[in-house]
Amino acid sequence: MHGRRSPHGVIGAAGAVVLALGIAGQAMQAAPGEQGSVLAPEGDIERGKNLFMTIGCYACHGIEGQGGFAGPQLGPDPMAFPAFVRYVRAPGGTMPPYTETLLPDEQDLADIHAYLRARSGPAPLSVLPPP
Amino acid sequence: MARSKHQSKTLTSKTRSTTGAVPRRDFMKSAAVAGAAFAAPASVVGAQPTTESHTAARVGAVPIVTQTAETTPPSDDPVLTQDSSGSDFMIDVMKSLDIPYVFANPAATFRGLQESLINYGGNTVPELITCVHEEQSAAMAHGYFKVEGTPAAIMAHSVVGLQHASMAIYNAFVDRVPIYVMLGNIMDARMRITSDQWYHSVQDPAVMVRDYIKWDDEPASLQHFAESAVRAYQIAMTPPLGPVVLTIDAEMAERPIPAADQGHLYIPKLVRPTPPQGDIGAVQEVARRLVEAEHPALMAGGTLTRTEAGRRAYLELQELLGSPRASTAQADVIFAVEVADLYGRLYRARDLIHRTWTRTANPDATVITLGLQHLNHKANYQGFYRYTEVDLAITGDGETTLPLLIEEVRRVITPARRRVFEERAAESAAAAARGRERARAAATRAWGASPISVQRLGAEIWRQIRTEDWSQVMIGIGVPTSLWNFDTHYRSIGSWGGGGMGYGPPASVGAALANKKYGRFSVAIQGDGDFMYSPGALWTAAHHQIPLLMVMHNNRAYHQELMHIQRMGNRRNRGIDRAHIGTTLDDPAIDYATLARSMGWYAEGPIETPNDLEPALARATAVVKRGEPALVDVVTQPR
Repeated sequence: MHGRRSPHGVIGAAGAVVLALGIAGQAMQAAPGEQGSVLAPEGDIERGKNLFMTIGCYACHGIEGQGGFAGPQLGPDPMAFPAFVRYVRAPGGTMPPYTETLLPDEQDLADIHAYLRARSGPAPLSVLPPP
Repeated sequence: MARSKHQSKTLTSKTRSTTGAVPRRDFMKSAAVAGAAFAAPASVVGAQPTTESHTAARVGAVPIVTQTAETTPPSDDPVLTQDSSGSDFMIDVMKSLDIPYVFANPAATFRGLQESLINYGGNTVPELITCVHEEQSAAMAHGYFKVEGTPAAIMAHSVVGLQHASMAIYNAFVDRVPIYVMLGNIMDARMRITSDQWYHSVQDPAVMVRDYIKWDDEPASLQHFAESAVRAYQIAMTPPLGPVVLTIDAEMAERPIPAADQGHLYIPKLVRPTPPQGDIGAVQEVARRLVEAEHPALMAGGTLTRTEAGRRAYLELQELLGSPRASTAQADVIFAVEVADLYGRLYRARDLIHRTWTRTANPDATVITLGLQHLNHKANYQGFYRYTEVDLAITGDGETTLPLLIEEVRRVITPARRRVFEERAAESAAAAARGRERARAAATRAWGASPISVQRLGAEIWRQIRTEDWSQVMIGIGVPTSLWNFDTHYRSIGSWGGGGMGYGPPASVGAALANKKYGRFSVAIQGDGDFMYSPGALWTAAHHQIPLLMVMHNNRAYHQELMHIQRMGNRRNRGIDRAHIGTTLDDPAIDYATLARSMGWYAEGPIETPNDLEPALARATAVVKRGEPALVDVVTQPR
C-alpha cells in the first residue's frame, strides 16, 4: 500500500510513495523526475469513490480502477498526482477530457486520487484455476 | 439408421465421393413413367382460383385459401395429386452437395421445397433447423461454418425474409463466410393469387444483398437450378469465401417435373477449384527477407487461423523463425497474412474525434502482405479498409501459400541464421512465460468486487471448461481470456465480421450445433445489448437440443455507445452525467434467466455476488454436459 487510511477515510500523503505506472497510454507517463517523488494532496476516499463513479471513470477503468480492455489500471498505484491532473485535463488516446470547466476543483481530483490509492491490491494467485 | 425409400433414390455424398462424378439421376427414370400422365398444362395445374375466390379476397374477412376451399365446388380437374415435384429434384441437388442443415423460418414461397426436404429428403442432409427470424437463420449458418468449415443453407421469403436476413448476410460477407441462401419467390404474376403473394414477390430479390454476396442466380428451369446450385457452391467455397443466393421460383418447385425434363435432368459434377497460391518468385523473396530480418514481425488475420491447417502453417512459420515477438514499431520486416485492416495495425489514430493518424510501425520497415484482398471487386460497402502502402503484395490464399513459403524458408536458412533463431526462440519462450504470469496477476485484480469484474468472469469460466474439449463460440467484449489455452482452431471462432448486432445468440447456436457431433463443449460469453436483438435463438437451441453454455456479460448497457457519448459530452464541455440516456439497459433490469427458462433453457441469475459465480457456473456446466443448453446471467462491471 502506498498511503494509509485515516480514521476519517482520508489518505494521508505523508510518507507515502506514489509510483507512476507504466500505463498503456504513453501520454500517461509521469514526467521524468516525478515518479515516486511527488506527494499527493490529501483526499476524501468516499467522496473520491462517488466522483469516480459519477463522472464515469469506472466505465473504462473498472470500479476498482483495476483496468481492462477499455482503460489502463489506475489503482492502487496511480501515477503521481501532477501527472494525473495533467492527463485528466488533456488526455491522449481515447479518454474524454475533463477540463476545468467540467471539473473546476482540483480537490475533486485529489479525492479520486485518494480513492485509487486506497484500493486493495490483487488477490493471491491461488484464487485462480490452474493454468 | 434405416434409409427411407426416398433416401435410397437420392445421391449421397458417399456415391459422389466414390465415383468422383454425379451420374444422371435414377429418380427421373421412374418419374418419367408415372409422372407423364400428371404433367397437366400449366394453365390447369395450380390455377385454382375462381371468380368467387377473387370476391372473397376483396371481402377479406376469411383467409382466401380457406374460404375458397370451403365454398368452391370440387374442381373438375382430376389432377389433385402429383407424383413428381420440382423441389424433390432440388433436394437431390442439395444432397449431392452434402449441405448438412437448412436454417429457416417457414414461409409460403418455399413451402414446396420445405415439404420435399422433410418428406422426400427424410429431413436429413439437409436437416431443417427451425428458426424464429431469418436474421437468426443466416447468423446460425455463419456460426456453423466457422466451426465446421462447410456451408449450411438458409431458406427465406424473397422479400421480407431476405430483408430480415440481410444484415446477417452482410456480417458473413465481411467475415468471408459462405452461406448458401435460397429464396422463395413467385416469378409469374399470373400465379400470385393472394395479396401477400404480390407484396411478397419481387422482380430481382438478390439486388437487396448483391453488394455483399459473391454471386446469385434465379434459375428458369430445373436443369438451370442444378447447374446454378453447383456453381453457387463452387463460388461460395473458392477463396475468398462468401455468401451466395439462389432465388427459387415457387411454381417451379411446387409443380411436377415438366414432361420435357423427365429422364433428362442431371446433377452436374462438383469440382472444388484450387485456391489461388502466391507466385513462387514472390514467395522466395519473402522467404529471403524473413530469414535475413533481425526483427521480423508476423501477423495473421482471423480467416487464416479459422482452419487447423492455416493455424498450424502460421505457427510452423513462426517457430521456424524463432517465434519472433518484435512489435511493428521495432520490426525491420512486417509480414501480414490475411490481415484485413493492415492500416489499423501500422498506424494509430490519436483519438476518435479528430482522427489524426500517426504511423506507429517502423517507417523504414519492409511491409509484405499475403492475402486475397485484391480480389475483392465490391465497391459500395467499405469493408476493404484504408489503402495501405506496402512493399510487396502477394495475392494468394494464406493456408495454400504458407506451406510453400515454409519450404522456401527452410531452404534458405543458413547455420548461422539458425543459431540466431534458436537464441530468439529462447528469448521468446521466456517472454511468453512472463506474459502468462502477468496475465495471471491481472486476473486477480478486483477479485472480490461487485458488480463482478470481467477479469473474474473470464477466470471463473476457464475454471469450468479447462478440462473439457471446449470451443468459444462467442467472444465477450472486454472479458479477458488470457488464461485460456487456445491450442486449436475451434477454441475460438472470432466475432461478428460486419459488426451487425444480434449475431451472438444465433451464431453461438449454429456453432454449437456444429460442435455437438464432436462432443465439444460450446461456451459463449454473451453481451446483453447484442443478446436483446435475437433472444429467440435460444428457443432453437432448446428445440433442437443443442448443448451450449451461454454466460451473460450483463453490464446493463450498450456500453460502447455509452463511452462514445461520454467522449462527445466531455469534448463539448457538457459533461457526461446524461450519457446514460439512450445507452443503458436498466430500469427495469432485464431478467435473462427467466427469459431463457421461458424458452426451455436451464438458467441461473442474475448473479451479483462474486462468490456465487463459481457454483452457478458449475451447475450450468453439468447441464450442458448432459446435452442441454444453459444460461448464467452475470451482472458485471462494464469492461
